[in-house]
Amino acid sequence: MRRIEPAAVLGVMSREVANFRTFWRSTTFSSLIEPMVYLFAFGLGLGTTLVTQVDGIDYVEFVGTGMVATAVVFASALPAMFGTFVKHRFQRTYDAILAAPVDVEELVSGEMLWIGLRAAVFGTFPLVVTIGFGLDPAPGMLLVPIFSFVTALAFAGFGVAVAGSVAKIDQFNYVTTLVITPMFLLAGTFFPIDQLPEWAQVLSQLNPLHQLVVLVRNAAFGFEWTDLLRLAGLVALAFVMWRLAIRQLTGRLID
Amino acid sequence: MAAIELQQVVKTFGPIRAVDGLDLTVPEGFCLGLLGPNGAGKSTTMRLLTGQAIADGGSLRALGYELPAESKEARARMGVVPQLDNLDIDVTVEENLAVFARLYRVGDIGAAVDRALALARLSDRRGDAVDELSGGMRRRLLIARGLVHRPRLVLLDEPTVGLDPQIRAEIWTLIEGLRAEGTTILMSTHYIEEAERLADEVALMAQGKVIARGRPGALIAEHAGRRTAEYYAPPERRAEVRRAAVAAGLGVRSAGPALVIVGCERAPDGLVPEDAIIRPSSLEDVFVELTGEELE
Repeated sequence: MRRIEPAAVLGVMSREVANFRTFWRSTTFSSLIEPMVYLFAFGLGLGTTLVTQVDGIDYVEFVGTGMVATAVVFASALPAMFGTFVKHRFQRTYDAILAAPVDVEELVSGEMLWIGLRAAVFGTFPLVVTIGFGLDPAPGMLLVPIFSFVTALAFAGFGVAVAGSVAKIDQFNYVTTLVITPMFLLAGTFFPIDQLPEWAQVLSQLNPLHQLVVLVRNAAFGFEWTDLLRLAGLVALAFVMWRLAIRQLTGRLID
Repeated sequence: MAAIELQQVVKTFGPIRAVDGLDLTVPEGFCLGLLGPNGAGKSTTMRLLTGQAIADGGSLRALGYELPAESKEARARMGVVPQLDNLDIDVTVEENLAVFARLYRVGDIGAAVDRALALARLSDRRGDAVDELSGGMRRRLLIARGLVHRPRLVLLDEPTVGLDPQIRAEIWTLIEGLRAEGTTILMSTHYIEEAERLADEVALMAQGKVIARGRPGALIAEHAGRRTAEYYAPPERRAEVRRAAVAAGLGVRSAGPALVIVGCERAPDGLVPEDAIIRPSSLEDVFVELTGEELE
């Protein structure tokens, strides 16, 4: 591994910040409104007609805390996939950045860190909205941005790696259909996974989004010692995805 | 010390040898024009110099740094102006420059941005989004972005491709300013006039190597003589003149409906028809003489 210069990583992030300033309103708007829509539809709709409580938690709070993982994956994996592909293939942004004293490691690190930070902020929105719907604030919730950040790093790395691997942008459809959507649905956001067949429960345990859902719920309702293992698993995944992203994007950017 | 030293550089893409045993030296403060058709290896040479392509063989040094091992050190002192516009179009002119000032670790970002804006004559548009600029302004900004850190070496990849003549002249003035400051420039182009006007020397590239190099005037005199005749006539008449020119040892080629006779001042009396158009020979004539290929 080469030495990574913080100035290069910050330079890459500063470009993202400059661009984000041009579209932050629309992104923030949708990040705030989307969980509200879900909470109305599932929490108040389903929660007042079919399910009132799950595992002793009000259904609206069950869904609201689970929605953090949804917000994180959609604010990390998708922007990483599409953003990386567009910047590489259509905008040629990376050609310009790599002509400066910036290596692919630093480029990928800057991209992942920015996406991680952004997703950590957006990930807290559903929690804040759920507090508005009656969830009691708890001190553990202060750790939610950290859980969201680590998970978002993993998904950002995954997205960059995918973007560095596909030949055409339409191939992202396979990834969203076969990977992102099942992960999102089997994360335990809308229903507890112990209702699923045994094989699906095993798969869910391997699902990083499920681990984030559990971490966030435990942050709201009480931590367990196994949460340390969950967090360690997410950190390890983020590291593996970071290296994979660098490897795949290097193959694309350096002839 | 030479700013660029390439020795026997080879770069292949599958079965294609994009750069094939390239030797190239550019002294400091020199402007070298790389002239050649698409696929000659000009852009690959540029990418090799920025570490975005790794050579399969040979040795490369830029500003005294070995490539690709010390590429980052070299890039910190090198400015690159790409052929394709890759500015951030929603971001302001000023922010585009500031981001690259940060990437190049410039100390006083505000001063560097002000200087680059003045260079590109865009100070009054600093707060506008790039999307609002004209094509010529965007090109000037692209060049200013590559110069924001006052590089010692500038790589210009087809700096005026696709621009109209007026904007091209503006860009040439900007590049002439750089030359006057003593910046080393390696400029790829397939515009003859650009190379003739801006470059101290021209290296003609074909099939991944330099086939001729020298001052534009000297290259023309050596390979294409002083004057070239273009003769428009019916095919039979052109064929007749072509046979006579070949017999006299002159370079001839067809260019659309015209027969081109290179170095026609050496032709025996009466060979060049009186109604032929006589013009000064150009680097294009040199290129065609040496390779049999057209530049554009």
